[in-house]
Amino acid sequence: MPITNSEFPITNSQLLITNQLINYTLHLADNTLILAQQNSEWCGHGPILEQDIAITNISLDLLGQARNFYQYAAELINQSTSQPINLLTSQPATEDTLAYLRDNREFRNCLLVEQENGDWAKTILRQFVFSNYQYLLYEKMQDSKDEALRAIAEKALKEVIYHLKWSSEWVIRLGDGTEESNQRINKAVIELWPYVDELFINAAYESALISNNISVDVASLKNLWMQKTKEIFAEATLGIPENIFAHKGGKQGMHTERLGYILAEMQFLQRAYPNSVW
Amino acid sequence: MHSLIRKYYYGDIPDTPNAGGDPISSPSAAAEHPWPLWEVFIRSKQGLDHKHAGSLHAADAQMAIENARDVYTRRNEGISIWVVESKYVHASSPDEAESFYEPATDKIYRHPTFYDLPEEVKHM
Repeated sequence: MPITNSEFPITNSQLLITNQLINYTLHLADNTLILAQQNSEWCGHGPILEQDIAITNISLDLLGQARNFYQYAAELINQSTSQPINLLTSQPATEDTLAYLRDNREFRNCLLVEQENGDWAKTILRQFVFSNYQYLLYEKMQDSKDEALRAIAEKALKEVIYHLKWSSEWVIRLGDGTEESNQRINKAVIELWPYVDELFINAAYESALISNNISVDVASLKNLWMQKTKEIFAEATLGIPENIFAHKGGKQGMHTERLGYILAEMQFLQRAYPNSVW
Repeated sequence: MHSLIRKYYYGDIPDTPNAGGDPISSPSAAAEHPWPLWEVFIRSKQGLDHKHAGSLHAADAQMAIENARDVYTRRNEGISIWVVESKYVHASSPDEAESFYEPATDKIYRHPTFYDLPEEVKHM
């Protein structure tokens, strides 16, 4: 017998918000986890010991943020009556099941963070683009109606301020450095710019939560982001590309091939040996 | 990327150009143009002195402070950082240790242990 919507009017609208909030929280978590995983590949390979430590510190900061978001998402999923997340097991969701047992299409990270590390210049530029965005995002998220998101943003903002400072200085250093460093960062700009715009296009789960003051309207961050980018690029003697075709879809689960490789490496152990621990 | 750095330990920094970090032939760019070495001093809490924590490489002072923050304060060790380029640290020579330090070892009268302290004086 079909159940009509009118039987559960209140539950349904609440459920809708909860589902969007779960999606939104997973999007925030996936962004930070994937970038953390990518940056961690530099561990032991940094251009110099001190910078090796710097980039892996940033990686750990991002991983910590991802954990906070995943823990919150797991809590929401376990409380919600319907489970929109396709989990392999019927066990309750945890930060680990969300990180290790979801497939490619269920990840909602933006395409920027899954772009290849490339050389130091590309990794630096990716970090600058993302930290600049994350700084504005978390600053606004401190006013979110959602208490958990507010608390995570408040804590993470201090870390991001440093990431932004560190990556800005490196962009300037490379752009205004030697001929080779300038060439390399220019190449990185060309390679990464198609993935910038996606950051500022609201996904359905972001749009749905704006009116409740839960999510941040990312479209509203673009001008401030551009202002800071222009300031740093001017010092770095770099130009900002215009009219670049913008790739999107990552936030909806449509990823580039690269994410498959990232997940394969990251999830292998839990997939091959379920529930193994350190 | 490997670059071999001949590392001098604290107190043994020679007073010469390139002090501390002397690259031994290596193909990497980092070794061709080595970043200077910096000494790092960390104050662990308000009211205490800055203490020497170690040394590291950096291109300039700002980067040295940030590197020091990442290398030496990641476990909550500090609230203030000083850095100074190692070439500006002048050290006593280990060869002169005999004439420098040994004469002080048999001058026990330089320790204030021969005075009778009045009862009222505390904390001595």
